[in-house]
Amino acid sequence: MKSKALLALLLSGGVIMSACNADKDTAPANTEKTQPETVDLQTEMEAYQAFAMEQMDYFLIETEKFVLAVKNGDIDDAKAIYPKARMYFERSEPIAESFGDLDPRIDARLADLEEEGQGKEDWSGYHKIEYGLWVENTTVGYEGTADQLLKDAKELRARVETVEVTPDLMITGAVDLLNEVSTSKITGEEEIYSHTDLYDFKANVEGAEKIFEILKDKIKQKDTSLVETLTAKFADLNSLLAKHEDGSGNYISYEQLTTEDTKALAEAVNQLGEPLSQIGIIME
Amino acid sequence: MSDQQQEKLLDKKISRRQLLKYTGAGAVGIAIGVSGLGSILNTFGMTAPEDDVNATNKVLFYGKHQSGIATETQSHVYFASLNVLVTSKNELQELFKMWTPLAVRLMNGESISQSDANGFVPPKDTGEARGLDASNLTLTFGVGPSLFEKSGLGLNSKKPKELQDLPHFSKDQLNPSYTGGDICIQACADDPQVAFHAVRNLIRAASGKVSLAWSQTGFNSIPVKNGVKQTPRNLFAFKDGSVNPNSKNNQDMNNVVWIQPSGSANWLTDGTYLIVRRIQMHLETWDRTALHEQENVFGRHRDSGAPLGKLNEMDDLEVNRLDEKGNPVIPVDSHSRLAREAGERIHRRAFSYASGVVDKTGAYDAGLLFISFQKNPLQFITIQNRFGRSDKLNEYITHRGSGLFACFPGIQKGSYIGEALFSIL
Repeated sequence: MKSKALLALLLSGGVIMSACNADKDTAPANTEKTQPETVDLQTEMEAYQAFAMEQMDYFLIETEKFVLAVKNGDIDDAKAIYPKARMYFERSEPIAESFGDLDPRIDARLADLEEEGQGKEDWSGYHKIEYGLWVENTTVGYEGTADQLLKDAKELRARVETVEVTPDLMITGAVDLLNEVSTSKITGEEEIYSHTDLYDFKANVEGAEKIFEILKDKIKQKDTSLVETLTAKFADLNSLLAKHEDGSGNYISYEQLTTEDTKALAEAVNQLGEPLSQIGIIME
Repeated sequence: MSDQQQEKLLDKKISRRQLLKYTGAGAVGIAIGVSGLGSILNTFGMTAPEDDVNATNKVLFYGKHQSGIATETQSHVYFASLNVLVTSKNELQELFKMWTPLAVRLMNGESISQSDANGFVPPKDTGEARGLDASNLTLTFGVGPSLFEKSGLGLNSKKPKELQDLPHFSKDQLNPSYTGGDICIQACADDPQVAFHAVRNLIRAASGKVSLAWSQTGFNSIPVKNGVKQTPRNLFAFKDGSVNPNSKNNQDMNNVVWIQPSGSANWLTDGTYLIVRRIQMHLETWDRTALHEQENVFGRHRDSGAPLGKLNEMDDLEVNRLDEKGNPVIPVDSHSRLAREAGERIHRRAFSYASGVVDKTGAYDAGLLFISFQKNPLQFITIQNRFGRSDKLNEYITHRGSGLFACFPGIQKGSYIGEALFSIL
């Protein structure tokens, strides 16, 4: 099958060269995602799995602290831990997302549930407690949600060890992390009560950058200029984000961003996303 | 070639010799052995494709002048104004070089990339024009005054003295969201998706090098009578472009549109200036205006397009005619009379637009994407100043967006878009 695909490619090349119009729209039918045996990403996949597990360890530790604060009724503490605990989750979202049941239990927004015809009674996880903390300014009544959140975080940690990291998960995951930023973080729709969207934003970018770091040598073997471009574009985006950070990891509220700020950030994400979508060349 | 046919071909045993024949050249065959498949296609991508004269509904890319200016007006436009992000002259030059083969392919009705063999990367061409023919796509490239102000680009000395931001005209209400830009791409086609696809792919290929400042779609419906194309109507139902130069007459076009040697900066010879105005037309107020008043506003009859008191669209305005009471037949404040009195000609290539609702008022955000070509912006400025405060049409329109761009001369085979800007002193 592989040799056929190769031939298809050659033939289509011939079609272009002989400027044969009738076949203008004939592209090779090969869209198979079979992994050529020549590309060995074992080391990279292991490195990514280790990273994800480390992030989940921290996520569990921070979630425990958060849950404790909620149950003790310590609103200020809970508010302070909330955005930072979530960053561990957001960094490794490609992994967390692979558990279709756990991800919504931990991270669903009310708007996501309403889209599916569900309501507040079906809501659980971080964003539900976010609502309590920032809108109702209370932890009372959220103890049960907090207990469940901790259970779910533990289950997530346990199941991450069973995830099969594939090249596809890493390659698609890097772009997905930026797409997350483009569609919900940049619009302030992720953290509609706490407005701590920039923490999630930063964490998603760090998650994508980690994948890039792990795959960097492999990319370099195919295209050194892509590595240079990506290094520069990550740096551009990070320095834009740093403008909104106080130097010790605290970001300003999404509401304080001007339209110019969000537009600049969105454009920087797009300029990074486009070359980042090319890292799949390592599979050629 | 259908999938089935392709399958059959693949099943045949093909000798290496035949294979080389299919791929077009032995040299390419050698390249396969050396550096793998991806790079052959890259190598191929570097060679300049040619106009495919056999393509359906095809306008030539190469020529003395850029396409989309003298070309018969198509029914759709996607106009894009871009800001450049590159910071050196060399990068800017590379940008135009990179765009050139893509523009040729797009105008041939081809995909910008023929092969998407690696499923781990996104397709190079966004794909929505697949199966559609060239649809008379034209791509017109120009540069705005702001490009020459960017110090890193070192183009300051190349700035033509005519390329200045347009002056403020009376009643202008320009919105920065529809004004200016470093580079413009005017994509016109007889299919809206073909026009959009072209700009989308050019901008995508230039990711990190340009950003989209603003854009506007437009449409035009051209009635045909006895097999002859008629002048299109704007959203006020009046004919738009009756006094254009004859775009098939070189003399006429040289007088009005094409910059002649030493007519402006040397790099612009055979180029032209593009002016774009996003003009909101207040459809609600217009639609409650009596027919006679509508005709007095334009100085023409609505149905025929003829000057008031005349029968045919192309009849002379004869602005000095008086009625039996001694009043001018063509009102002194009518749009066509003022335009005539300005004594200047321009080549109009306007499109209508309808882009939703104006938030503040709930009115249609609809009107005219006015585009004109002239060898000197002064031609337009003179006409617009003549309209001034007196034009009766002012009551019904508001200019919301504006841009002036110097359009490069045509591109010769082996050269690239805008080469003259970089090579001619």
